[in-house]
Amino acid sequence: MDLDKLFDKALTDWGNYIGGKKSFFMVGNATCGRSAGSTEVIERLEALSSEKNSAFGVYEVGCIGMCYLEPIISVYKPGQPVLFYANVNADDAGRIAESFLEKDKIIKDKLLGILEKEGHNGIPSLFDSPMLKPQKRLVLNNCGIIDPTRLTHYLANKGYSGLKKALGMTPQKVIDDLMNSGLRGRGGAGFPTARKWQFAFDQDSEEKYLICNADEGDPGAFMNRSLIEGDPHSLLEGMLIGAYAIGASLGYIYCRAEYPLALERLDLAIKQARENNLLGDNIMGSGFSFNIKVKEGAGAFVCGEETALIASIEGSRGMPVPRPPFPAVSGLWGKPTIINNVETLASVARVMQNSPEWFSQYGSENSRGTKTFALVGKIKNTGLIEVPLGTSLKEIIYDIGGGVYKDKKLKAVQTGGPSGGCVPASMMDIPVDYDSLAKAGTIMGSGGLVVMDEDTCMVDVARYFIDFAHRESCGKCAPCRLGTRQMLDILEDIVSGEGKMSDIDLLEELGEGIKKGSLCGLGQTAPNPVLTTIRYFRDEYVEHIENKRCPARVCKDLKYYDIIEEKCTGCHACFKVCPVSAISGTPKKLHVIDQDLCIKCGMCLEKCPDKFSAIEVYPGSKPLET
Amino acid sequence: MKLNSSNMINLNIDGRQIQVEKGKTVLEAALENDIYIPNLCHHPDLVPSGNCRMCVVEIEGRRGQTISCTTPAEEGMRVTTESEEIATIRQTTLEMIHANHTQDCTNCASNSSCGLQQVTAYVGVNEKRLASLRRTRPIFEEDDSNPFFILDHNKCIMCGICVRTCDEVAGVNALDYGFRGFETIISSGFNKNILESVCESCGECVVRCPVGALKTKETSLPTREVKTVCTYCGVGCNIYLGVRGNTIVSSRGDRDSIVNKGRLCVKGRFGYEFVNHKDRLKVPLIKKGDGFVEASWDEALDLVAEKFREAKGDKFCALTSAKITNEDNYVIQKFTRAVMGTNNIDHCARLCHAPTVSGLVQSFGSGAMTNSIDEFKYVNTLFSIGSNTTAAHPIIGMHIKEAKRRGAKIIVANPKQIDLCRFADVYMQHYPGTDVVLLMGMMKVIVDEGLEDRDFIQSRSEGFEDFMESLKEFDLDTTEKITGVPKEKIIESARIYATNQPSSLVYAMGITQHSHGTDNVLAVSNLALLTGNIGKEASGINPLRGQNNVQGACDMGGLPDVYPGYQKVTLPEIREKFEKAWNVKLNPDDGITHTEMFTGIEMGKVKALYQVGENPILSEADSNHVKRSLDKLDFFVVQDIFLTETARYADVILPAVSFAEKDGTFTNTERRVQRVRKAVNPQGQAMDDWWIAAELAKRLGGEGFEYNSASEIMDEIASVTPIYGGISFDRIEDVGLQWPCPRADHPGTKFLHTEKFSRKNGLGKFFPLVYRASVELPDSEYPILLTTDRSLYHYHTSTMTRRVEGLEILDGEELLNVNPADAESMGLNDGDIVSVKSRRGNVRVKVKITHIIAPGVASLTFHFHETPTNELTICAVDPVAKIPETKVCSVKVEKVE
Repeated sequence: MDLDKLFDKALTDWGNYIGGKKSFFMVGNATCGRSAGSTEVIERLEALSSEKNSAFGVYEVGCIGMCYLEPIISVYKPGQPVLFYANVNADDAGRIAESFLEKDKIIKDKLLGILEKEGHNGIPSLFDSPMLKPQKRLVLNNCGIIDPTRLTHYLANKGYSGLKKALGMTPQKVIDDLMNSGLRGRGGAGFPTARKWQFAFDQDSEEKYLICNADEGDPGAFMNRSLIEGDPHSLLEGMLIGAYAIGASLGYIYCRAEYPLALERLDLAIKQARENNLLGDNIMGSGFSFNIKVKEGAGAFVCGEETALIASIEGSRGMPVPRPPFPAVSGLWGKPTIINNVETLASVARVMQNSPEWFSQYGSENSRGTKTFALVGKIKNTGLIEVPLGTSLKEIIYDIGGGVYKDKKLKAVQTGGPSGGCVPASMMDIPVDYDSLAKAGTIMGSGGLVVMDEDTCMVDVARYFIDFAHRESCGKCAPCRLGTRQMLDILEDIVSGEGKMSDIDLLEELGEGIKKGSLCGLGQTAPNPVLTTIRYFRDEYVEHIENKRCPARVCKDLKYYDIIEEKCTGCHACFKVCPVSAISGTPKKLHVIDQDLCIKCGMCLEKCPDKFSAIEVYPGSKPLET
Repeated sequence: MKLNSSNMINLNIDGRQIQVEKGKTVLEAALENDIYIPNLCHHPDLVPSGNCRMCVVEIEGRRGQTISCTTPAEEGMRVTTESEEIATIRQTTLEMIHANHTQDCTNCASNSSCGLQQVTAYVGVNEKRLASLRRTRPIFEEDDSNPFFILDHNKCIMCGICVRTCDEVAGVNALDYGFRGFETIISSGFNKNILESVCESCGECVVRCPVGALKTKETSLPTREVKTVCTYCGVGCNIYLGVRGNTIVSSRGDRDSIVNKGRLCVKGRFGYEFVNHKDRLKVPLIKKGDGFVEASWDEALDLVAEKFREAKGDKFCALTSAKITNEDNYVIQKFTRAVMGTNNIDHCARLCHAPTVSGLVQSFGSGAMTNSIDEFKYVNTLFSIGSNTTAAHPIIGMHIKEAKRRGAKIIVANPKQIDLCRFADVYMQHYPGTDVVLLMGMMKVIVDEGLEDRDFIQSRSEGFEDFMESLKEFDLDTTEKITGVPKEKIIESARIYATNQPSSLVYAMGITQHSHGTDNVLAVSNLALLTGNIGKEASGINPLRGQNNVQGACDMGGLPDVYPGYQKVTLPEIREKFEKAWNVKLNPDDGITHTEMFTGIEMGKVKALYQVGENPILSEADSNHVKRSLDKLDFFVVQDIFLTETARYADVILPAVSFAEKDGTFTNTERRVQRVRKAVNPQGQAMDDWWIAAELAKRLGGEGFEYNSASEIMDEIASVTPIYGGISFDRIEDVGLQWPCPRADHPGTKFLHTEKFSRKNGLGKFFPLVYRASVELPDSEYPILLTTDRSLYHYHTSTMTRRVEGLEILDGEELLNVNPADAESMGLNDGDIVSVKSRRGNVRVKVKITHIIAPGVASLTFHFHETPTNELTICAVDPVAKIPETKVCSVKVEKVE
């Protein structure tokens, strides 16, 4: 079988899809869709279709990135634009099927837009929506559109044409092309991918390995998961190109076991690729052979570190070893090994499907191409986005993200997960690229962007991240094992009002020692969230320590609940719910909280009817004596 | 700038220009040149781990700080070991270690030898910052489950040296990191206590622990240390015995020793308690009625002399010992030959490596290990057959594991899936007693595939054609059918052994203790000759000798047919030489062997037996016949350190000193003659074995027994024993010499048969072989094949090891190993008590169900007097070597309700 025949077959299958003769629904059924209820939607649609003699098809697609709108479905009918609906439940889906497919009546309710580039009859294009318009979807272009369980859909959208092109070049030319694209590693460190490959290419070894690092472990990050769930073949194609370039015949995908759907998609994609000779021996008659094994990770954050990941594949405890030797020289089983992130490899596929110049036209000087981000936290439009590198944080948060949730005041944006830092609201103009973020004291990381508003306590954020790092430290090197815990203990003291002013200096001193002293990236970056919050939000630390106040009213010991005299009507709701009977008062009379008894559980605040809003949270451990 | 030889590099550390070998790390370069860089997780024996971060340095041209222990030194490198940033990294880290570490130094056994103290003294801590650090590490309970050492997590600094030692040095992997992050601790499997883990208690981790986290339970510091040789197996590890008063309180490996490089097994490190045990024989004992009464030396010796006088000539037999020194053995055999007028002397080598001598002498001309222990690490292929190497020769086991780490291939052939199988590239579980077939089958593959070494066969051997003729019978189908080993494994092993050279073969009792033991040995030597795997470094045939001085006891002529140095008693010119040296007329006939002695007693030919350091009631096959014989003896003298099961039959018991109480030499399995030194004074009135024999000789009119020291005796040995000709105490003060060492200026011989073999014509000889089945195979009445083996924790009949409390805790009872399938068909559960019956005896024992043994086969050790395994075994002997077939007999197993 040669590739061209495969492409022909694929185009036929794709022709039966959008533009085909049969109506169908596409249901976003990635993890985000499923958690919002897409499975029920699919079941309803399938039942409906079979009732009507398979009147329409139902396809599962990946995530289009607007996770806050899931379940998202779209409906295609020959001759009509493809309509996208948001926040759809099973009933909505049924109504849409009946009115649109049977009566050509477009339900406007929950309508997002149409797939087509141009609007139609007053319905805007989906891609003109504020969230999608500023994005450049080079890597995510297939996600949410194609059916990830169909190889043909991928093939019909330039899939594996990159491999075909690469197989026609020398491996060195592939590496050179990639060098010209300017692609840097998307896992976080941003090392030029082509240079890494060159190291492995230059090694004289009969065996070499290519590993895809899909052990996405940052809290709040889901770029890799979404990409694999929505477009698994992109990853395989990238791996094939990489393996061809460096001379590897075996590859591993190290994917966390907590990603069951991604693993299912990968297994299927690998099977399909194997059946069609896109994997295996003598691929497409090229003489190049390559196989892929999937290794499930057991959820250790540190296994995202290259050498720990290798140890884990080898069956050892996931603990890093000092570099050099770098894996490109001596990695898995002591052989030259390249480890690339999921997004990096998918980008490789796009570079080869198009051209280095096509890729490098996007982005900024030293940061070429696009980058996907998981946009989460106190933001209106949560989801997965892709923007050219160099896009400012402001654009991302306000244009794409729609601004801060409930229009509160922005305080900071956290990038790079536990290894990154917090950029204060005052610096939202900085472009998101490797160098600018580093200058701001944080890192690009793999793509987590956590938005924090005025109700976020930055000391608590620091505590949260260092708690994560201290749990995930492998325990091998002393600075990380002991230091992350020291910092946590100190922060625990500070958030509970036990901190001393000297603790801030201590945190900074320890932080520097840990960063410089630690063995691997985990420890070398673990203090970042603490150090950047001290750098930009020192006053919050001082408030916690000197005045025993948590200005954001987050830290339990440094906030208190009180009843506003003027607002309390004596409805007695708070009295009933207080688990420790700290609230006194008789109905219709003013209620009072005994601060000594209060355990700050917040139940009273929750129960106080909105129309009264008589309970308020204040910074400080208790009201000032009057 | 110094001129750069190709394997040296120049670098600059702190302004000092230094030169080191290529491949060294920056830390090694510094330490070798007396530049201190603080470190906690570095150990010269181990692969660097880089986890303590104390050794950070700055290297010109590199960003930030680098750890020196994993960074290779490079030409022209400029290294700085001190800077403000370096100090910050070291200090903050060190302070955090202290914040989580017991601060009670004066009460710690590692006080003054502590790595943490040393680093702290150098790096210093910021007291104020240290005081402000949080101390939230929970207090752990000490793991004191192991009888010999404790693990105290509260003192652990997590350097991981113990984990790496257990992996890289011991190859046991009992320790690893458990849990994660701050909660990480050193842990054994499933965080159970160490006793329940796979730990072999070698204590290698304990000696390397830089702090007080792993510590021996015996914490008394010795007042002095005495360098000597371990008394257990034939490896001959060099040890320092620590002495306090007249008690041994410690034993540590000599790191400078070429034999063990500081390593020891559980017995060598912790098994010294027996020396000071209350059961030691302290005065001569004479039998009165059913018991013994204490006697003076004069009384006892006079009585023995009087009785022996009546038994002069071939009515007398002596069983000398593989436990005692060369000097002891020499004097005892001289006494037997020169005073008692008989060559009836033998020792327990008859029960272990007699076929090695009879076999290898025929094929190569010399019956000893052809190579040195140190060479194992250079092998490319190691073939272990019939040797439970890691249990019986633990330090050689460690060397083999090291070879594996360096990339060598390991082939194991053994009826039991022994520990070494974990490291094996090919494991062949052959049916006991089918070694000839297995080896010939491999040779057939080698010949069929043209992998034999034609040049070697042509130039260095004879008898090839006859051998080839006999090889025809051993096609793969036949081999597979008889041995039970799948063809593919036979082919793979054959290819690896023949092509992945240098190949070295080790064997032990699994080859020799058969009625066809000599054939087995000949098969092994055929294999070496066929592939040219002999006479080279790291390539040869290596019988692993079991007892500490079994090699020496043979060398010293503790055998009925040879004088010291394997000089035939029947050769007139040799006999004349000894008659001249000893100034006495000597018996011209071969004496009788160990096994023949007991038959001789039963037949009334032997009247008196002088037995030194042996326990045949437990060690001799079909031991019930030994008991019957001993009852018939007219006069029986036992010379030993404990009142053994056999000693109870004695008429006179003479108390001897242990290895720790005497000077002399042991010759280890690699032919190395090593100095044994007196560490403590004898218990009670115990005397040197040579002194006792000499006293008897003098009383019986012997001449030339006026020895004053072991050294003097060695000089006499050298004068009559060509292979020991160049050996004297002066020359082996530091390092032992390997025989042949014919002259005082000879450096000794590392490996044998380089240019020519020791046979008369200088050629190695092939022997045609046929398969001869074991004498007693399972049948319907006795359906199970019983084989015997060894435990790591015990030694021979356990007279010493079972007097070490800790070893008794680690392995306190005999267990019958039974395959799960057999257990099911016999309705047995783990721990059931069964009776094991053979045609000769019946023992009771607990069952252990294990897959390491094949269906139809069961195994026992012979370490436990409560379960005298040798009452079951058969005394069918090899026709040449006269060794009994202790590896194969048939039994039935019945559950005892």
